[in-house]
Amino acid sequence: MPSPLAETLAVLLLIATLGCAIVRPRGLPEAVVAVPAAGLLLVLGVLPLGQAGAEAGSLGPTIGFLAAVLVLANLCDRYGLFEAAGSWMAAGSRGRPVSLLALVFAAASVVTAVLSLDATVVLLTPVVFATVARLHLRTKPHVYACTHLANSASLLLPVSNLTNLLAFGASGLSFARFGATMALPWLAAIGVEWLVLRRFFASDLVGRGDAREVTPLPVPVFVTTVVGLTLAGFFVTSAFNVSPAFAALGGALVLAVPAVVRRRTTLQELAISIDLPFLAFVLALGLVVKAISLHGLGSAVAHLVPGGSGLGSLLVIAVVAAVLANVINNLPAALLLLPAVSGAGAGPVLAVLIGVNTGPNLTYVGSLATLLWRRILIRRGEELPISEFLRLGAITVPPVLVATTLALWISLRVMG
Amino acid sequence: MAPMHIVIWVVEGTWEGCVDAARRHFPSDSRFTLLHVTPLEVAEAADAATAGLFGRGFPGRKPHRRYDDIADEEASSLLAAAAARVGHPDAEVLSRRGRVEREVIHAVADGVDVLVVARDGDHARLGPKSLGHATRFVVDHAPCAVLLVWPDETPGIESIPTPKHGPPPPPPPHEWRG
Repeated sequence: MPSPLAETLAVLLLIATLGCAIVRPRGLPEAVVAVPAAGLLLVLGVLPLGQAGAEAGSLGPTIGFLAAVLVLANLCDRYGLFEAAGSWMAAGSRGRPVSLLALVFAAASVVTAVLSLDATVVLLTPVVFATVARLHLRTKPHVYACTHLANSASLLLPVSNLTNLLAFGASGLSFARFGATMALPWLAAIGVEWLVLRRFFASDLVGRGDAREVTPLPVPVFVTTVVGLTLAGFFVTSAFNVSPAFAALGGALVLAVPAVVRRRTTLQELAISIDLPFLAFVLALGLVVKAISLHGLGSAVAHLVPGGSGLGSLLVIAVVAAVLANVINNLPAALLLLPAVSGAGAGPVLAVLIGVNTGPNLTYVGSLATLLWRRILIRRGEELPISEFLRLGAITVPPVLVATTLALWISLRVMG
Repeated sequence: MAPMHIVIWVVEGTWEGCVDAARRHFPSDSRFTLLHVTPLEVAEAADAATAGLFGRGFPGRKPHRRYDDIADEEASSLLAAAAARVGHPDAEVLSRRGRVEREVIHAVADGVDVLVVARDGDHARLGPKSLGHATRFVVDHAPCAVLLVWPDETPGIESIPTPKHGPPPPPPPHEWRG
């Protein structure tokens, strides 16, 4: 097939794949369009089998890693870790809203870094909401902090975000080196979010909740220990050139067996929490994007982003990545941009991550496409006052982008 | 003369001050209504964040209670606490959900004499800005009289910082003797 035709077909299939992922007609999994799309590209020879095999080979371990982390986070919830964290935050804050916000910041940053942004959005945020509401304080600052930090605090470790996992494979960095390089950008992002949110919500951080009746739940020792050991395992396995996915798998298994025996969860629930359709979607999306990259768009993207590790180049890369993530969601943006910069060393790869991870805070749903669709759905009912959330995004994302990129540049120079 | 109808806007963090001010300033035979509005956008932001994850919303989990259910429950308990503090057996409670400022304005549109509203934010000093977005809208648009109160102790006048480029401070007294 001639290249322009192949490229057009691949782009159309990408649009169909993303469209289905956003609209989810009849609640069908994203894979329903993504997998046939990838299959069609293979059958027509747009994506040669060899290239597809190589891409699947590099995505495979990443997808396995993701599955293990999803199961691990789900089991942490089943062992009551998030519920306990809610009680610690309530008791530790003594009902003071600013102290509570600081504890929410700490919890959301750590949960995002260690158990991924998914855990913060799906498992921690409801607990934070209930905790703040029960103290009879205003929930808005704390809930918005969770949704923001799920993105901007997902810079630290390869496990913190699926985009990081994708980059981790390509960057050639060890787990420890990735974490060490991203530590300063991670802290910078959290610091900027704190300064902005603390001021933005000053009028809502008011009053004193009655925390006298809150008893902090006991530390769930087993699950906390296993998560700690799993985290250590990420560093150790990587140091010995073993995929850290095995540490995640080990942690998930150690938690899963007693959980199933004591009926905290069921085998069926565990199997569902692996989320096979989503994993298939990631693989298929990776193949579709690969086909696009092969037929010209790859080199076009490569021209769009500079290759150097100077501060200016890193900033341009981060901004391009943030814009792209806002247009088409951060996952395809990362898949499209990472191959273009992976030859240029760790700096540009990590700058892409800064853009695709912190950029989605501009909209509150991850991308403009998702936002538009959500607006269409909601337009039928009452219109939601989301302008405040969009305003918060507009004043946090630019300073976060600049501060984290500057921190990355310093980190890279210090680390050599 | 018919008793006054007083609506007390109950907001987390500041409601006690409103209730106390209403008790202090209005006759005990007034008709008291306690109003709470749950904002729509908090639950929406929390729910919508999962939309950005594509489908990976931990499908195996039994759904937690919905944000709206938790909010309703806590709104009821807050209103019950406020009613107890009013100490008036006939105090009515009103729980709404929606755009906060608009719901409040609509709730006081008919036959209400006074709406009792608390200032927001840090109230250790006077100003410079003591009204959040919703409160400012309500104060600007309320179709009735508004009693605007400090949620706890009213800060002293000395809490306003002296302006840097304002008029010079009065000269010390000894210069006047001479």
